Amino acid sequence: MPEEIRAHITGVVFQIPTKAGDKVAAGDAVIVLESMKMEIPVEAPRAGAVKEITVQEGQTVQEGDVVAVLE
Amino acid sequence: MFRAVLVANRGEIARRVFRACRQLGVRTIAVYSEADRDAPHVREADEAVFLGPPPARESYLAIDRILDAARRSGADAVHPGYGFLSENWRFAQACADAGLTFIGPSPQAIRAMGDKSEARRLMAAAGVPVVPGTPGPVNGAEDAARAAEIVGYPLILKAAKGGGGIGMARVHAPGELAAAFAAATRRAEAAFGEGAVYVERYLDRPRHVEIQVFGDAAGSVVHLHERDCSVQRRHQKLVEESPAPALPAATKDGLTAAAVKGARAIGYVNAGTMEFLVDASGGFYFIEMNTRLQVEHPVTEEVTGLDLVTAQLQVAAGGALPWRQDEIAQRGAAVECRIYAEDPAKNFLPSPGTVSRLVLPEGEGIRVEAGVVEGTAVPVHYDPLLLKLVARGRDRGEAIARLDAALGGCVIEGVKTTIPFLRRVLAHDGFRAGAVHTQMIEQGAFHA
Repeated sequence: MPEEIRAHITGVVFQIPTKAGDKVAAGDAVIVLESMKMEIPVEAPRAGAVKEITVQEGQTVQEGDVVAVLE
Repeated sequence: MFRAVLVANRGEIARRVFRACRQLGVRTIAVYSEADRDAPHVREADEAVFLGPPPARESYLAIDRILDAARRSGADAVHPGYGFLSENWRFAQACADAGLTFIGPSPQAIRAMGDKSEARRLMAAAGVPVVPGTPGPVNGAEDAARAAEIVGYPLILKAAKGGGGIGMARVHAPGELAAAFAAATRRAEAAFGEGAVYVERYLDRPRHVEIQVFGDAAGSVVHLHERDCSVQRRHQKLVEESPAPALPAATKDGLTAAAVKGARAIGYVNAGTMEFLVDASGGFYFIEMNTRLQVEHPVTEEVTGLDLVTAQLQVAAGGALPWRQDEIAQRGAAVECRIYAEDPAKNFLPSPGTVSRLVLPEGEGIRVEAGVVEGTAVPVHYDPLLLKLVARGRDRGEAIARLDAALGGCVIEGVKTTIPFLRRVLAHDGFRAGAVHTQMIEQGAFHA
């Protein structure tokens, strides 16, 4: 079942340490947001493979926006 | 005095510097990014110059754009505030090269103190105590053991390339050293690609005590006493006060003498802060010098009755220090807390948004330094500081009581704030007793 990963905070995409096809464990940082000078990882809620990253570095995302999809 | 001062900053500190300028009859120039179009600091300046898009590197960190703004607005001096370009020696140099007065120390002083190992070396040479440790990485386990005999236990092994606590290992006794050295080297290798570690004395539950210093171009240097900033989280200070509670007189005298000596040794001009760690036995160690105005400068202003920012302008304009050392006294006590747009219930997660409602406290001995008004956007791009509350009292107890009442009367809606956490700090028995140290928050002292 694909599962959407959503930003839990408003911020700017600072880093994307994963790409489509990568295997991740629960708690791994899928993307890293920067908000108010802090780097905040958006973590995989479960183990799985990254199906898609839906944001780009430098993009502003709002709390609740989808940032990636797990297979 | 200057004709016009450009403040290369935003928020509460830009407003604070503008207030000092107005007092001296100096024209005020603001700069701003796209995200700050409607910010209070932009509205209240005599002139405001647009810099660029919200990211700091395209606005508040863009040296060329700021110098261009100064030229276009006719500014003859630049105040950097804190953060952003305030400790960038290249910016101070670029201002001088452009014929502008940088309101702060020389580029040489900023550069020397900005390099942390160079600062440590210079201060040690000037006779200022530094945390005992090796000047660089140790060369293998035997070298580490020899260094440990000199440094003393407990000690900490730190990755030379490290940061954020990675590659650090605490060692309590000589018998633990060899295994700890091997582990720290391995971890440093894995994390930073280089296994080099150095040895430093471990300070258990130290206090953070800093000394405000001020120098002028004629070579006079004075101190404006101490501030205790032990209540901090990830090196971010949350509560600051002066005098430091229960600081032994001998330690206080040693700190102020060392701070003045250190500042003199580098020919320091304008406002600066020498930061120290103080251990349980009253021993103190230099950690770094901040070559700028501090966030917490109002604590010193409230307790001494002196204005640090107007003095910064006067000294930068070539004037002498406006005070002699024997005129600078602490009267009563002052405590400040920083209100950040962070959610203490969610491990201080940033909380950007728009301030939809704002009620600021008033009262005897209360001072507010706010960067926001009702309707101000709190963007994701910058530091989360919303405002500072400062309370002065005849003694520490009165200052704390006033500050607590002020926090209780402060209403901020639209973003989450650290107010609930700050009220727990002020109510905490250990804090009330003055038994503060830098590891209190991490150790969970103020959990709800």
